[in-house]
Amino acid sequence: MTSGSAAVSSAQKPTSAVGRFFSLENRYLPPLLITTILLVGQLSFGLLESFSRTLLAIGTAVLFELVLARLMFGKFPHLASAYITGISVGILIRSPEYWPYALTSAIAITSKYVLRWRGLHLWNPSNFAICAMLLLAPEYIATLSVQWGNTIWPMMIVWVLGSIIVYRVGRFHITATYVISFLVLAAVRSAITGHAFLAEVAPITGPMYQLFIFFMITDPKTTVQPKWGQCLVVFLVAVVEMILRLAQNVNAPFFALTIVGPLAMIVEIWWTGRKRRYVPSPASTA
Amino acid sequence: MEGRISRIILALFFAALLAAPVLYKRVAHRNNTRRTATDSSAVLDRYGFIFQESSKSSGISFRHTSPQLDPKLQHIMQQVASMGAAVSVVDYDRDGWADIYVTNSAEGSQNALYRNLGDGTFRDVAAEVGLADVNLPGTGVSTGAVWGDYDNDGFEDVLIYKWGKPELFHNDGGKHFTRVTEQAGLPKWVNANSAIWLDYDGDGKLDLFLGGYYSEDVDLFHLKTTKIMPESYEYAANGGRKYLFHNLGGGRFEEVSARLGIQSRRWALAAVAADLRGTGYPDLFIANDYGVSELYFNEGGKKFREVGKETGVGAAPKSGMNAAIGDVLNQGRFGIYVSNISEEGVLVQGNNLWMQQAGSSGSNVRFENMANAMGVEVGGWSFGAQFGDLNNDGFLDLYVTNGNVSLDRNRTYWYDYSKIAGGNRAIISDAANWPPLDGRSLSGYQQKRVWVNDGAGQFKEVAQLVGVTDVYDGRSVALADFSNRGVLDAVVANQNGPLLLYKNTVAPGSGWIEFELQGSKSNRSAIGAQVRVFWNGMQQVQQVSGGSGFCAQNQRRLHFGLGKAAGVDRIEIRWPSGRVQIIRAPAMNRIHRIEEPS
Repeated sequence: MTSGSAAVSSAQKPTSAVGRFFSLENRYLPPLLITTILLVGQLSFGLLESFSRTLLAIGTAVLFELVLARLMFGKFPHLASAYITGISVGILIRSPEYWPYALTSAIAITSKYVLRWRGLHLWNPSNFAICAMLLLAPEYIATLSVQWGNTIWPMMIVWVLGSIIVYRVGRFHITATYVISFLVLAAVRSAITGHAFLAEVAPITGPMYQLFIFFMITDPKTTVQPKWGQCLVVFLVAVVEMILRLAQNVNAPFFALTIVGPLAMIVEIWWTGRKRRYVPSPASTA
Repeated sequence: MEGRISRIILALFFAALLAAPVLYKRVAHRNNTRRTATDSSAVLDRYGFIFQESSKSSGISFRHTSPQLDPKLQHIMQQVASMGAAVSVVDYDRDGWADIYVTNSAEGSQNALYRNLGDGTFRDVAAEVGLADVNLPGTGVSTGAVWGDYDNDGFEDVLIYKWGKPELFHNDGGKHFTRVTEQAGLPKWVNANSAIWLDYDGDGKLDLFLGGYYSEDVDLFHLKTTKIMPESYEYAANGGRKYLFHNLGGGRFEEVSARLGIQSRRWALAAVAADLRGTGYPDLFIANDYGVSELYFNEGGKKFREVGKETGVGAAPKSGMNAAIGDVLNQGRFGIYVSNISEEGVLVQGNNLWMQQAGSSGSNVRFENMANAMGVEVGGWSFGAQFGDLNNDGFLDLYVTNGNVSLDRNRTYWYDYSKIAGGNRAIISDAANWPPLDGRSLSGYQQKRVWVNDGAGQFKEVAQLVGVTDVYDGRSVALADFSNRGVLDAVVANQNGPLLLYKNTVAPGSGWIEFELQGSKSNRSAIGAQVRVFWNGMQQVQQVSGGSGFCAQNQRRLHFGLGKAAGVDRIEIRWPSGRVQIIRAPAMNRIHRIEEPS
């Protein structure tokens, strides 16, 4: 999920304190948002399997980030992205066992240091790890599949708050493109399957999609740089997701991003590499 | 060079991480394969018992049929109409042999009462005694039955609950049943999936809890609207209301749920009552579908207080479908088993085994879910479950049924089900929005679970090994000693499937003892009485139940396995009236019939 890195921000340079707070310069902003989502969900409706499992996921992610960054780059990293990875894993996967939480976080963080090309990692770490676990250990894990209680208000609060924040950090166009694409393609799916349009729209009303939309697809480290490219990529994610959904894949959005995201990155790295050499940097994405 | 080596080592480590779950599965699979290779006699030696499905040879030919509900639900009919197969055990004629009552759910279908003939066979006498034709069009269809002697005349009466009008039948001396519904003051329509008898105020008369599933203003056979479904998959509070009928005597009941503090509208699927705190009054546990379980502390028979969240059992919302109690660690304390849904890669809720935390007791009792630690977590789409000592080794084992809707083996509804399950209230609550089932299965053809308790906190799954090999859509399971030989058999009601009777053979050498209690000051069925058996430095407590599991009721007689013990030190009976009776050194390997001292 997003690290909040300033590296690829296209937002205006903030000047006020509030502006600085709501900017990509503030690396604590995404962790604050995702923590808010977690607390709202847990305190209102008991969203989590348990606090202890989520803490295990966070702890493992932070530990792996500290150790691997030190070993591979000789320095201790900023832990915001590891925290987001851990908390995402802790919210997004469901398992009655403890070990999947630790293992998913471990795979996520390690993937950042292993699956790299020209100094950049290709997959969103938590997205990659969740897909890996869904493929390798479906008996033991599932993804978050419930909604925000039985009222619309918690969902609206997170949508509004999340939208404001991604707007301030200059990535609202990604979220908006995806949501519009999802809704249009839901209508297409409805026409193909004959199922009610609302049934096709239903998944996006749940918290899993809020995390997916606000944190995964907007991840600065694993999205291409031009705005138009970001919109195109996220549209392609929605298209691949639609294809997977028509094939009745329960975890379609995760797999769609896992397929499209790195392909887009590879194309961009290759294209840009023809013009200039990339300088490797420490992994800093969740 | 050093950096390159580091990267290679890291890549190998990464590969190991990815391989970890695969290796874990292989090891688990190898262990299962080893166990499967064992032959029957070795299984008997190793686990101490083996089942044989014997319904046909026992004269049982019952097959359940699901209801045909309103055509507006046609597209998801098999999913909505996926409950109703229920079984309860009773000695309705007091001949000393446990009989079986089983419900059917198609309009016009017949329920069956299998009288135990005492020679290993049964005969359906439901029509003769007036308990067969209870699913008449316009009255709804059966979803379960519970037995209790509400008028203390010595014969067990029966409440048949339905998606429709609940019916109370009085047992006229074990010969015939008379319908007394109106006199009792039962409501006109309840879409109930759970009911239990309990004496909540200890007045010696059995009271009745009835739990609604769909809202009681919904007639599933004649829908006015399709907005009848749960408003949430895990937080729904738009289900049926709960009823608590206080027995006034004379065959009359007064509904007191709201006055006593039970006002939930969660989607109840199971309930069990037990004195969890040693207060002398039964507390009430309700397993809810689409939400958290509820636990009501009984405040001296005057009030119920919901404590699910503070005690821990109501923290995580799941799909509760069973409530059974058992002293699984021989600590003299009850654990509560709740079944849920586990479908790989989609929804892995895991079943719950709520055990009382060490050091917590009384009103401060806290529960923790030990299902994972004790190995009884992952069943499937689990429904009914019951505790019982299947091999007489002195520790309670666990029988769990699985399987929801078995249609096309090769096509699953899970994708569409998960799609709608994640939707907002406005979407999920309207059946019209639910994608059509279209002949697909939803967790169908699942194997069952029989977990053997090793006495040291671990259960081992042995269903296939001990002969429980069916893959019907299991719903309700009840345990009983049908042949009075000191072993527990299992009877299983399957949705759209046959009633199965698994006769048990236990390896010789293990002792047992059984108790048939009859109340005097307490209710005559002795429902709520607790028997604590002390032997070999151990103890185990069991309770006479007015219904447990999923739409089920075990035999009223209590069965204790004793392992290799040479004798029983003593037993302690705590009657619902508060009397405590101690019997020293009762004989082993026999059924003790005990009347409450006056």
